[in-house]
Amino acid sequence: MQQAVYIAGKGAISCIGKNVQENSSALHEGRTGIGPIRYLHTLHATTFPAGEVKADNDELAAMAGWTGTNSRTSLLGFIAAREALQEAGLWEGNRIRQNMNGRRLRIGLISSTTVAGMDLTENFFPGFLDNSASGKLRFVKQHEAGATTERIALGLGVKDYLNTISTACSSSANAIMLGARLLKAGQLDVVIAGGTDALSKFTLNGFNTLMILDQQLCQPFDKQRRGLNLGEGAGFVVLVGDETAKLLGGSYKVKLAGYANANDAHHQTASSPDGTGSFLAMKGALEMAGVSPEEVGYINLHGTGTQNNDSSESIAIQRLFGNRYPAMSTTKSFTGHTLAACGGLEAIYSCVSLEEQVLFPCLRIQQPVIDDPGVVVTSLRQVTGLRSILSNSFGFGGNCSSLFFSLT
Amino acid sequence: MFINGASAISPLPVFDAVSAGVNVVPVLTQRGKVTEPDYGSLIDQKLIRRMSRIIRMGVATAMDALKQAGIQDPDAILTGTAYGCLEDTGIFLKRLVENKEEMLTPTAFIQSTHNTVGAQVALLLKCHSYNNTYVQRSHSFELSLMDARLWLTENPGSSVLVGAADELTDYSYALLERFAQFRNQWGGEGAAYFLVQSESNSASWARIEQIYTLFQPDLEEITAFATKLSEEQNGIDLLLSGMESGDVNADQYARIHGFIGEDIPVIHYKQYCGSYPTATAFACWLGAFWLKTGKVDAGSLQLNAPKRILIYQTDSMGYHSFILLKSC
Repeated sequence: MQQAVYIAGKGAISCIGKNVQENSSALHEGRTGIGPIRYLHTLHATTFPAGEVKADNDELAAMAGWTGTNSRTSLLGFIAAREALQEAGLWEGNRIRQNMNGRRLRIGLISSTTVAGMDLTENFFPGFLDNSASGKLRFVKQHEAGATTERIALGLGVKDYLNTISTACSSSANAIMLGARLLKAGQLDVVIAGGTDALSKFTLNGFNTLMILDQQLCQPFDKQRRGLNLGEGAGFVVLVGDETAKLLGGSYKVKLAGYANANDAHHQTASSPDGTGSFLAMKGALEMAGVSPEEVGYINLHGTGTQNNDSSESIAIQRLFGNRYPAMSTTKSFTGHTLAACGGLEAIYSCVSLEEQVLFPCLRIQQPVIDDPGVVVTSLRQVTGLRSILSNSFGFGGNCSSLFFSLT
Repeated sequence: MFINGASAISPLPVFDAVSAGVNVVPVLTQRGKVTEPDYGSLIDQKLIRRMSRIIRMGVATAMDALKQAGIQDPDAILTGTAYGCLEDTGIFLKRLVENKEEMLTPTAFIQSTHNTVGAQVALLLKCHSYNNTYVQRSHSFELSLMDARLWLTENPGSSVLVGAADELTDYSYALLERFAQFRNQWGGEGAAYFLVQSESNSASWARIEQIYTLFQPDLEEITAFATKLSEEQNGIDLLLSGMESGDVNADQYARIHGFIGEDIPVIHYKQYCGSYPTATAFACWLGAFWLKTGKVDAGSLQLNAPKRILIYQTDSMGYHSFILLKSC
């Protein structure tokens, strides 16, 4: 029998809050964190709204207790991962608790990122282009994706296993999926899994060339949607199996009951018109959990707000659910699209929904993409009997992943 | 798990090794660039022109490994890359700076994401299978291999395409040189993909018996593993060592060599592929090739009917990895 995988801790930092409690409050109150760009130095600051974490790097470093030059991606990731360990009871003093009741835990960190230390590299680069001997090397030391994870791991004190996944916007969903697989295989006792991405000029300009950025506040899953707003942040969960759960003495409310990763194999950046990758990911996650589509209580959509994603995703949902739609919404209307962090953040929001029996709305909806009454959640909805949530994360390169969470 | 198809592109010309053999001699250069084959038989010409070097060599080796194994639709595609698509990243960054964030075009940005190689392989194959990309420095290839092993355990009878690719660009060369990377060992790059399955067949190259990674281990941890390995496997015929010329970790390499047996012959594979984080993928290809052909032939060192080849790699950041290959 395969063992269960529990969510033993959550850590979140985004434009709507610097911890899970603050994120949850904003979601309850319908408060978006997207607005004019204040922290990133970019030509487009007044053109494109974004969901920035409301702190500069010095403030983040103070929160983390770090000194020296660090990528914003590393700082955000550490802050969220530490919070997740604190909730799980695995944080002691200023580092991870490696031993529990005389047993040495095998602990892994699986992070994910798309930009890594690009926030530093892009400021180093102008001088370097003029003269390849100029600029301080500490500004490119965390350029590599693996380097940001390494920095987070050293901050946490994790050494048994570290890994970084980079599959664009599905990255952290894949990190959580791998974490669950390693637990089930008995290779690790505890996994901290999720993702982190800082807003950067590189991604802002990149998405701008694709002409998918909204100059207003985005309206995902609305027929009048115009594109996405970028965000930034980090979301990490602590995953444990039955044995570690007993050792930690926690009674966990939410488990990860299914997951799947499929490839759309349609186009490098665009989703297929029939939503094949998304359909296969959702279907696979439900099959693993052994549940039928009718048993899904709510979908936390990928729902970026681009014409292409929301159309492809809603078609995939229709293929899987027919006309018996579960309730659904996209919290990207609060956070913006946080790229590699979104699967982690949305896994946390899904847990909060299950724990508190509440569905968070899609903000600014005028004409929902799926117009059956009540399907797209447009205002905070207190519910009863919510048992399970499907969380979608789809990305460039056709990478599609779905996670299925349920109450224990 | 068994390697049932393998392909590599490297500064040492190895792409057609199966048909033409390979002359394993040190490459004499300061900046290694892969010897690119004629891609025509594997990828559409129009597509090749749009691909950066890392994508071309990644896709070509992936297609070649599949072709050898006679598999068209693998059940998983796993890619390791430490640096990702540096050429396209550099192009987009340069234009971003020079054009002051205006008048930019999307192509380089689109192809700059780390998962581009794995995605392009899936796209060409129209393969909807599990697809993942690992980017953990010099463990990127090993972590991909470890996922392949886990996937095969979870999904009996399946086939996994697994490999690694990294490219050296003008920018990365200039930067890594400033980090004192290439003082003694020339910088390299390359791609290698493998089709792995739980069962062997007549086309099998080698068996991957062990993959083991350690990050900043205590001396006891690494000693314990190396000792256990030498006790369990008293038949290692060759150590394929990642030691570079003038390596600051020479003592550590010597220690491992001592643990597994000082009399075991050693070959330093980076003299063929250069120094780069996923060079173990090249070493894995080379070791598997020698096991498949039943002969280690590297100039002055010749071994007949080798049974086991151990690949060991470490670096100054504390990443250690072991890959043990066995003949089929």
